Amino acid sequence: MSDLDELSADSAARAGESGITFRDVGIGFDGFQAVSDINLDIEDGEFVCLLGPSGCGKSTLLMALAGFLAPNRGSVRLGGADVAGPSPECGVVFQSSDALFDWLTVRQNVAFGPRMRGLPRARQREIVDEYLGLVGLRHTADRYPGQLSGGMRQRVQIARVLANKPGVVLMDEPFGALDAQTRQVMQRELDRIWRTHRCTVVFVTHDIDEAILLADRVLVMTAGPSARIKSGYPVDLPRPRQEGSAAFVDLRHRLREDIAEEVRASLRAQGADVEGVTP
Amino acid sequence: MTAVADRMGAGVRLGGKTTGRRLRAGMLTVLAVLIGLAGWELVAWWYGPALTASPAQTLRAGVDLARDGTLLEASVASIRRILLGWGLGVVVGAPVGILMGRVSVIRRLLDPYIEFFRFIPPIAFVTLAIVWFGIGEMSKIVLIFYTSVFIVTINTIAGVLAIGESKLRAAASLGASRRQVLHAVVLPATVPHIVTGARLAMGNSFLTIVSAEIVSADTGIGALIWQSRNYGRVDWIFVGIIVLGVLGFTCDRLIRILAARLLRRYGVKM
Repeated sequence: MSDLDELSADSAARAGESGITFRDVGIGFDGFQAVSDINLDIEDGEFVCLLGPSGCGKSTLLMALAGFLAPNRGSVRLGGADVAGPSPECGVVFQSSDALFDWLTVRQNVAFGPRMRGLPRARQREIVDEYLGLVGLRHTADRYPGQLSGGMRQRVQIARVLANKPGVVLMDEPFGALDAQTRQVMQRELDRIWRTHRCTVVFVTHDIDEAILLADRVLVMTAGPSARIKSGYPVDLPRPRQEGSAAFVDLRHRLREDIAEEVRASLRAQGADVEGVTP
Repeated sequence: MTAVADRMGAGVRLGGKTTGRRLRAGMLTVLAVLIGLAGWELVAWWYGPALTASPAQTLRAGVDLARDGTLLEASVASIRRILLGWGLGVVVGAPVGILMGRVSVIRRLLDPYIEFFRFIPPIAFVTLAIVWFGIGEMSKIVLIFYTSVFIVTINTIAGVLAIGESKLRAAASLGASRRQVLHAVVLPATVPHIVTGARLAMGNSFLTIVSAEIVSADTGIGALIWQSRNYGRVDWIFVGIIVLGVLGFTCDRLIRILAARLLRRYGVKM
């Protein structure tokens, strides 16, 4: 790459022109092809949910976008530049709160990104206060993650990522390990936070309602191996969304049918007798 | 009024229960020690003073050695060597372990040496240590260092390899450079394993101090044990052994208490 190319790629990245692009992407390891032929464009500021049966490679796609995995085919581009590795421009909220640093307080966890960038202490403090306020955790700033509930720990993860002001936030089933009530509260909270922040979000889940509640667009993946993106559903409902509304119920029904087909296919591939089984 | 009384009653009952349990545990320890002492007395009586020293004889010899200052001087000399050698072992072993755990080139380069030398006991190096480092303190400290460093390194490597992938990924995606990951994530996440390594190394140091003081040490608990042989003082040997055990136990307790106090937020549980 020449200096000029690098310069233009760099400025494109800063301007955040072109969102996220997957072109003919395949990702595999040890002779196992997890996903293949992925073509996908995500606009800046769009909230996209990846939905599919477990083991279909949703998380694999996300990890490639985060720069943790290199695709063995095609290219993954973010803001006009190839993804070459993890970057603070692209924050990740993990499913497990193991990703938090247990030896740091909530405040220090959220300050981690700003501290790594070498921001002055006073500025770090301002940022931390702002984002702890956003997720409603100011009162627990000096506690350690081990002293918090599962829902609060995921809030810390979200605040920690947002404190870095990334253009893109990747979320890997962030509410998957929470109980049903907490999960509902967290979905509403995330919807509210996203409406005030409007960053690009790619959100992996296997919960259909969660996807409809949050996404501008829901992408359904086929069952793996060699999973692909099967179909896309734009969700054009006003926020905050009501789970009981007719449009919501209709979309839920269509998504359920679409995914059930994949689940049956994957069970059949495992040798199960699934004829006549309807979810 | 009754509510307060009730609560107080409950408190007393609760307190009584835990105190009782602790008392029983303490009594079991005392009982075990008493049985040990009785067995020791019996063996000493059976084989006679040429081969053994009874608890009473050991105590008397211990008091004599303490009175003329020998015991304190010897203990201080040994502890000083142990603390210096062991401290160096931890200070060198932990960073080496972290680098070996994180950088596979370094791991491949150093692994053969660690896997080779950790099977060679320090006593095999006593003569070489004296030839190389002289008959002074240096040779002893080097031997204690040798016996500490590998076990700290190996434990630290295990700690580094046990760090959850998501922590390392989170740090990288929050903008930490490889170097920042090393001291901001890998080091703190490995602290419990380093402490375990340090405790095991402390045990090794006490095992090694006697061989380190075999030759040419004029003071130290190991030296006391070896010199007692020349005078045929079995009771002094017993004093040396008991003092070593007590000092080792005390050092381990101190490490545990300090680690639990100072390093609790790193997940050190003792």
